[in-house]
Amino acid sequence: MSSAVESADPEPSFGLRTWLRSLGSRVAQGDVGSLPVIGGIVLIWAVFWYLNPNFLTPRNLTNLVLQIAGVGTISIGIVLVLLLGEIDLSVGAVSGLCAAVMAVLNVKRGVPAPLAITGGVLAGTAVGLIQGAWSARFRIPTFVVTLAGLLAWQGALLLVLGETGTINLYDPTIDALTDTFFPASVGWTVAAAVIVIYAASGLWRRQRRARAGLSLASPVEFGASVVLIAALTLVAVFVLNSDRGVPLVLLILLGLIVLFDQLLRRTRFGRYVFAVGGNAEAARRAGVNVDAIRIAVFALCSTLAACGGILAASRLLAVNQSSGGNDLLLNSIAGPVIGGTSLFGGRGSVWTALTGALVISSINNGMDLLAVSSPIKFLTIGGVLLAAVTIDALARRVRQTAGRA
Amino acid sequence: MSVIERQPILQLHGISKHFGAVQALSEIDFEVYAGEVVALVGDNGAGKSTLVKTIAGINIPDSGEIMFESRPVVMHGPRDATRIGIATVYQDLALCDNLDVVGNLFLGREQTEPPLPALNEEHMEKRAIEVLSTLAVKLPSVRTAIASLSGGQRQSTAVARSVMWDAKVVLLDEPTAALGVAQTKQVLELIRRLRDQGLGIVVISHNLADVFEVCDRIVVLRLGRRVSDFRVKDASREQVVAAITGADIGRVPEDDPDAGPGAGASA
Repeated sequence: MSSAVESADPEPSFGLRTWLRSLGSRVAQGDVGSLPVIGGIVLIWAVFWYLNPNFLTPRNLTNLVLQIAGVGTISIGIVLVLLLGEIDLSVGAVSGLCAAVMAVLNVKRGVPAPLAITGGVLAGTAVGLIQGAWSARFRIPTFVVTLAGLLAWQGALLLVLGETGTINLYDPTIDALTDTFFPASVGWTVAAAVIVIYAASGLWRRQRRARAGLSLASPVEFGASVVLIAALTLVAVFVLNSDRGVPLVLLILLGLIVLFDQLLRRTRFGRYVFAVGGNAEAARRAGVNVDAIRIAVFALCSTLAACGGILAASRLLAVNQSSGGNDLLLNSIAGPVIGGTSLFGGRGSVWTALTGALVISSINNGMDLLAVSSPIKFLTIGGVLLAAVTIDALARRVRQTAGRA
Repeated sequence: MSVIERQPILQLHGISKHFGAVQALSEIDFEVYAGEVVALVGDNGAGKSTLVKTIAGINIPDSGEIMFESRPVVMHGPRDATRIGIATVYQDLALCDNLDVVGNLFLGREQTEPPLPALNEEHMEKRAIEVLSTLAVKLPSVRTAIASLSGGQRQSTAVARSVMWDAKVVLLDEPTAALGVAQTKQVLELIRRLRDQGLGIVVISHNLADVFEVCDRIVVLRLGRRVSDFRVKDASREQVVAAITGADIGRVPEDDPDAGPGAGASA
């Protein structure tokens, strides 16, 4: 009773073996983190590569990147909403509506592309504000409000598109969003910048902790993470450079992920998102304006849905009546859940938007290469989603028995 | 500190509160001294919760006066109570299971690094370690999620959070209700330590064993009235139970504030 808090291991041991052992014990206690989804991606890629060597070619992997950009962007917003323990069923319809707003502004009204894009994005923000505020004001579950939104915004999409039903996009700026590939030198420069920034910010953080007299993670763990990030970045750039180069849209997606990851983990707003998702009543009593957080998150989610819809439209070079329809909504929600973000709020990471989208799109893409029919595709993705939530549920049970729920 | 100068840190005088036709509190007097643990006991519906909510600024009394550090105060909400130094730990603890200890201790009061909106985690973590070691609260790490802590550790974290912002009076609602033997001991230790640091502590409890172990004084409420005030060293459990149930009508309440029941503790 007399001693202070044990802030860390009394004698930090810096060996690789210690690190592996601590990793092993975390997993044994059900703290699986992103391991299942990373393992899943590796497995999926290995299987498809075995069945069809074309799967892992630079050209196909570049296509995979282009395919996940739209849905991945929408999923970032879904992660925010899931962290609150809420759901947004309107993201598909909103993405279509906002892409249509942009298309009408640009094509029919002659608004310059940057302004038209901004208009589409702001339309998303407005939709999110309305849905969030409505749910907060009348205490209606967001599930229902956004279900109404799913129907209503689809109607709005048809209205905005008008009688033609399809608007083709010719503007070079809008086209460039998903059709810009950087030369190899730019790709390598970006890779170098990513590695340097990652390592430098990590070192800076360690230094601050050391100065404050706090415990440090083992240097092996830190070094391993730098090497891992460096290897991933360099391999990715090498592969992309072997085809058309690093696509702009990948930088947009990764930039948004990093931005929102920092927002969630390093700011007061992000802390409140986790707090509301963990225990809304406790957050309220601590002085957090819970309604404001909810409304802000729904505004961000719809804004990101708009961005995703615009990226999808840019790739399709058109907006039509089925924009934002089909399985876009389901994939954008299934992605983060497959990635490991909890449906019950309070647990998850923005990066699951990327990993989940990679899983789903890899399966779609690989099965397309194998000319598998779409019923089989749906069955497979359904199975993967079920497996992912089962792993999550089992891990939670292990965590509870190990006291780490 | 002489007995004569000693004033209650918190004093309620003639507090009444009714909800519709129900008179929840009638002319209640209540006081806590610095460095004293007072138990507030009574059967269900005796008015304990209403009284605590009044002190915590949640209920506004219909009549009566609240003095804090010898100055009259009017509280319009829980924030007013927190601001003047009255902290409350409710039975549900109001912790976020998914956040770590540091996140919970600073919830709603996060330190940032102006000009950036970024959280100053290093500062908060350091301060959390300091606070917990002052209170001798033992945790695996301040970066552990609350969900991984035992009941006693959670209770201790919630108490630490309530006192780390310059609280002078702490209200604890059933602090040991859900705890096992060892964890109860932990929490009672913490209450003693807070008392030794000069805080005034009000404990609501149904558990008379705990009350007798840690409290200096026992105030008994029955049907919205203060019926008894025992000094623990002079009281027997039978007397307290009798006062709670109303079986003992012979005993006259001793609540003359000038006599200062807490004075015994410091004399």
